[in-house]
Amino acid sequence: MAVNPDNYGLRLFVRYLVLCLIALIFIFPLVFMINSSFKPDSQLLADTSSLRAFLPVGDISLNNYFGAFRRAPVGLFVLNSVLVTGATVLLSLLICSLAAFSFAFLRWKGRDVLLSVVIATLIIPFETIAIPLLLLVSKLPWIGLDGLHWGWLNSYRVQIIPWIADGLTIFLFVQYFKALPGELIEASRVEGASWWQVYYRVVMPLSGPVLATAAILKFLIMYNQYLWPLIVVQQESYRPVMVGLGYFFQLNVAWGEVMAYLTLITVPVLTFYLLLQRAFIASIASTGVKG
Amino acid sequence: MAEVSLKGVKKSFGRVEIIKGVDIHINDGEFVVFVGPSGCGKSTLLRMIAGLEDITEGILEIGGRVVNQLQPKQRGVAMVFQNYAIFPHMTVRENIAFGLTIAGASRQEKQQKVAEAARILQMEHLLDRRPSQLSGGQRQRVAIGRAITRKPAVFLFDEPLSNLDAALRMDMRMEIGRLRRQLGTTMIYVTHDQVEAMTLADRIVVLKDGQVMQIGAPMELYHEPANRFVAGFLGAPSMNFLNVDVLDLDGEVAMVGNQSLEPIRVATRRRAFRKGGKAILGVRPQYLRPVQSGKGLLHGIVAHAERLGSETVVDLTLRDNCELIAAFNEDKVFQPGDAMELTFDTPLAHLFPDELQTH
Repeated sequence: MAVNPDNYGLRLFVRYLVLCLIALIFIFPLVFMINSSFKPDSQLLADTSSLRAFLPVGDISLNNYFGAFRRAPVGLFVLNSVLVTGATVLLSLLICSLAAFSFAFLRWKGRDVLLSVVIATLIIPFETIAIPLLLLVSKLPWIGLDGLHWGWLNSYRVQIIPWIADGLTIFLFVQYFKALPGELIEASRVEGASWWQVYYRVVMPLSGPVLATAAILKFLIMYNQYLWPLIVVQQESYRPVMVGLGYFFQLNVAWGEVMAYLTLITVPVLTFYLLLQRAFIASIASTGVKG
Repeated sequence: MAEVSLKGVKKSFGRVEIIKGVDIHINDGEFVVFVGPSGCGKSTLLRMIAGLEDITEGILEIGGRVVNQLQPKQRGVAMVFQNYAIFPHMTVRENIAFGLTIAGASRQEKQQKVAEAARILQMEHLLDRRPSQLSGGQRQRVAIGRAITRKPAVFLFDEPLSNLDAALRMDMRMEIGRLRRQLGTTMIYVTHDQVEAMTLADRIVVLKDGQVMQIGAPMELYHEPANRFVAGFLGAPSMNFLNVDVLDLDGEVAMVGNQSLEPIRVATRRRAFRKGGKAILGVRPQYLRPVQSGKGLLHGIVAHAERLGSETVVDLTLRDNCELIAAFNEDKVFQPGDAMELTFDTPLAHLFPDELQTH
């Protein structure tokens, strides 16, 4: 089909205009958050009635950031969240991909039944199992450097281990593995590879897209954890960022400091996203899964 | 190098029996081709030898050792797949060395064996490329390279040329023939292409519905097919089959004929026929010759003619409305509607029982 160049340019312009407008709608809350974090509360509240809310005008300073750091150990909370999230993501990729590998490639009794049970766990909301899980983890043993403990409360492990394996991640891997050409697996078996070698020499190197998808989904879930750490962590030293937000909603809410805190805790998410941006877009396009 | 022996081998998927008791003995260094229509079980049989499918019943021996329960890697086989099955995330070099890497071979050994395989397959210049940068034929060469570096006792080929275009297929076919002479290893090759079977095989195993129809050298199968299926499967265009009446029986010779075929005497080849009964007469299209009116054994009308340059293939309608294909070894012009008479040397014809009728 022949393309009329003028018409094509116009259509392209309109298309980009629409896309830019949509992008603006999504970016406005972020712009508001960042600009407000530089404003004193009185001005911040006054500006909300006009477009000035989205502009860095008036009394601009870093005071809110100093205030936020005075009010809460921001660095510690970010560190806790990054640590818990990072560890969970890495362990989850390993454990879930191994589970999915056995569901997709190995033949064993009860495999299909167990897979449907795993997938069925997707429909159970976390809130329903939060209390039983709390009772369970409060009594579990742990062997640390200083000997045997009972109860996992107030630790990193209580925030990490229950979140490593989940039905969605396993399901994502299973679907991806089943779509890999079966002959590749068979060829490597005939060439003498053990199942373990098939896993790390053939299947994993070909699983870039699904690894990125699973990592991003898990990252978002873990970084935004609120309810679970709220009930299992009482000590400030293990508290993650979202629970830390509570420090700013005391008797009188300091909106400027809230905005400064939110801006600070967004930095790791943006960094992670920018690092994996290409894989993120490619994986969403290929799997049809939205984060 | 090794012999391969299948004894009463069966395979079922659930209640469906795919392989119904197969006995084949393959000699050391022999090139055997499994051939048959799709769904005949030839690929399943090969995958059972490779260890990719379980054997439901029977015994499989490789090199005199029962391997039924052994993993693929313990059987000493290498396999080349229809879709190449080379690893897209590795270079050609890494692909060829894959089996050696798995076996923990030294860097030096890998280098030497990869170089040797690359030399045999004339692909030294491709070693650092990725599979996505290769053509279909080159990819299949990589797969063959991967198979030969491990020096397996038996090579298994699962329709390796099916994904290639016609010209390339011929080149690769010759290359596999050359490779075979060079390596002298036992090879089992699955194909549905009878040209590959005829040109490559020492012996052909013709399969149908999970059963062996005939095993033999290509020319043996071509000239002395054991049954109608083998007769029709090998040769292109395929053999003509005519429904004929058995007019007389005299020991090893039957007199047959019908409305469009003059009575002729054909050897029964120890098959059972009944005087006054029906039979099937098989005549290869290449054995038919046009003759002048009054001297032919078959009488028909030209329905369609294809001129291929070196050959002319004519589609005829016989007097009893049967179709008949004749292939003449020269370029000739025929008009649809022309009456034609054909003759053939009766010793070259085959007589088969009519399966639909009891004897």
